[in-house]
Amino acid sequence: MATPENKLAFDAGWQYAPAPESTDHIELQKKYELFIGGDFVAPEEGRYFETVNPATEERLARVGLATDADVDKAVAAARRAFTGWNRLKPAERGKFVYRIARILQERAREFAVIESLDGGKPIRESRDVDIPLAAAHFFYYAGWADKLDYAFPGRKPRPLGVAGQIIPWNFPLLMAAWKIAPALACGNTVVLKPAETTPLTALKLAEVIADAGLPPGVVNIVTGAGETGAAIVNHPRVDKIAFTGSTAVGRIIQKALAGTDKKYTLELGGKAANIIFADAALDQAVEGIVNGIFFNQGHVCCAGSRLFVQEAVADEVVAKLKDRMETLIVGDPLDKNTDIGAINSAEQLETIERYLEIGRQEGAEVHQSACPVPERGYWCRPTLFTGVSQSNRVVQEEIFGPVLAIQTFRTFDEALTKANNTPYGLSGGVWTDKGAKIFRMTRSVRAGVVWANTFNKFDPTSPFGGYKESGVGREGGLHGLDAYLDLGA
Amino acid sequence: MVTAIETRTTLPDLSRVTAVDEVGVNERVARFQSRSIKTTAKVEALKLILSMIDLTTLEGADTPGKVRQLCQKAMHLHDAMPGLPHVAAVCVYPTMVGVAKKALAGRDINIASVATGFPSGQAPLSVKLDETRMAVEAGASEIDMVISRGAFLAGEYARVFDEIVAIKEACGEAHLKVILETGELRTLDNVRRASVLAMHAGADFIKTSTGKIQPAATMQVTLVMLQAIRDFYYETGRMVGMKPAGGISRSKLAVHYLVMLRETLGNAWMTPEWFRFGASSLANDVLMQLKKQETGVYQSADYFSLD
Repeated sequence: MATPENKLAFDAGWQYAPAPESTDHIELQKKYELFIGGDFVAPEEGRYFETVNPATEERLARVGLATDADVDKAVAAARRAFTGWNRLKPAERGKFVYRIARILQERAREFAVIESLDGGKPIRESRDVDIPLAAAHFFYYAGWADKLDYAFPGRKPRPLGVAGQIIPWNFPLLMAAWKIAPALACGNTVVLKPAETTPLTALKLAEVIADAGLPPGVVNIVTGAGETGAAIVNHPRVDKIAFTGSTAVGRIIQKALAGTDKKYTLELGGKAANIIFADAALDQAVEGIVNGIFFNQGHVCCAGSRLFVQEAVADEVVAKLKDRMETLIVGDPLDKNTDIGAINSAEQLETIERYLEIGRQEGAEVHQSACPVPERGYWCRPTLFTGVSQSNRVVQEEIFGPVLAIQTFRTFDEALTKANNTPYGLSGGVWTDKGAKIFRMTRSVRAGVVWANTFNKFDPTSPFGGYKESGVGREGGLHGLDAYLDLGA
Repeated sequence: MVTAIETRTTLPDLSRVTAVDEVGVNERVARFQSRSIKTTAKVEALKLILSMIDLTTLEGADTPGKVRQLCQKAMHLHDAMPGLPHVAAVCVYPTMVGVAKKALAGRDINIASVATGFPSGQAPLSVKLDETRMAVEAGASEIDMVISRGAFLAGEYARVFDEIVAIKEACGEAHLKVILETGELRTLDNVRRASVLAMHAGADFIKTSTGKIQPAATMQVTLVMLQAIRDFYYETGRMVGMKPAGGISRSKLAVHYLVMLRETLGNAWMTPEWFRFGASSLANDVLMQLKKQETGVYQSADYFSLD
């Protein structure tokens, strides 16, 4: 395999000139209010917080901080709107959801730029993945609105009431779509809280919802941090909680909900095994590794953060992976050629760097690509840990960054045992040219989604969710309707 | 040196060549095509593309006059724009090599000749060898041979391998480009295996297509071949060149090929010594784009000579 003298060079010669996406066409206000009862209203206590561009550390806007009183107002508005929304003919409800989908498509470019500005993800991903998928979710669930009786034959599906939804910062608009689309299609009303580091596309979505003419109060968007989320979770007139975020916060929520009759779905952390057999198509597997862990800076709950490579090809795969990493461009999220954008926040960068230090102290070998990174902003080069085992913390714990822990295995059973030897169970990947091996492995890995010869593929028709500490319930597809309906006895 | 020759001329176990997943290849190609190449990077790329072109005419109707015109174009791509590179080579049938040699006398432009019963390769080995020697004697510095696809598909790898070894020997000093005719190999697994076979047999370049079979070059097959070249380099330290041919007539597509080359093999291959485009109509489109970069507007095709 690659020896020092047989090494490929990617650092000189023809380079790509900057190709920045224009920001001329977007409109950002200096200050954003809360979206309650169809209007943008100032927070009761008049407090605001800042949202910054993680690539420049510059302030993008000030955003209203919702307290208990604001959440109470939002829940009351959702409660008032519920009766009318629920009684609307299902096909009419569907029309509103379709309208949201279409407006999102029309304004896709604007949303993509704002998503990259606020969250740091490369424009290539917000343009090609986040925004189109968000629109696709609205389209998909709009179609179900008047077909719920067919989704659950012989049952009497009824909406739950007010859904409190708390979403993370890694896919801000997409997660809002995952939550809002099925809730509305099933006849619920919504109080949604976006993450405090990425509130802007949700607030832009509030504009879309207003433009789409949804009755006031059907969707309410309140911004803030953990306390705002707690106010939603603990509010007595909320009927359902949908949360996507860390396992730690998921635990707090589940405790808070114990003994109440609120329904809930929790989509939490992960530490997915990505398993490469020697007979796999190795060059495509290397792409799958890259896509599995470096997509969205590794800020992906279903990231393939634990790599298992069969020993016979381990050196070859790691050498190829290292060369491939040299071609990944880290930098300005708005540049169309950027592969890895900015780490979402100073706090998250600190977490990642803490884990890099833990890994070093545990004796792991660290490899990072050599690409330059900008001076200002929050950045992390794509990183590999080798020489680690299941006993290493960097193998056990979710890092939520572009950091991959690599182990080798000898047999099918060893790979399977280690893949399942984790408190998480959100996703997994298997790479082999043998169909039988695919079926055996995908049946045996205890994870909500297992990809074969690909990774990180999402579709609104496909259910998504975790085993064990990765969460409760499913979102997406037919299963995603269940979470927003009372199916009767 | 003896060991080097030995490793070069041993047929490798093709069953150990890694599998290729078509879906994954398509995704990777789509990523190359989503790169945005603008301004200075574009101009640099366009000039590089011109310098990598094997300007080609391979028709039954070729005449000495037609070949002389082609050579004139090779030397004078567009004199109205100073500072342009010349193409890497002209590519003709063996009978036209002498004409090209005379027309290009004293110029730093290679003469490539197809040989070995081009395009089908359905000729006895002795004829293929004679044809190769004749082309080299007439002045070809590069030989573009075709493999026996029938034999390859029948699993007679040793026969295909031995043929390449023999032709390589007949080439002498001339560089050997081995045309796999990927359109007839059908699967990407076959493309990968044929690439490995050809490189081990001594190919200096591997080339996708004759241009006579559809599909000719695609980014997918080229990617698979580039990855085979990379693995061969990892293994042996020997660089092998790549030539996609047929079907690349637009600058934008050619730029995407360069992106793919850069991100698969790196800088060392980004020269006409290691990468060629086999094309007859690409040059004018590149010239047109260069003019557009310079002036901001497209000129009519009538301002660019057609030879």
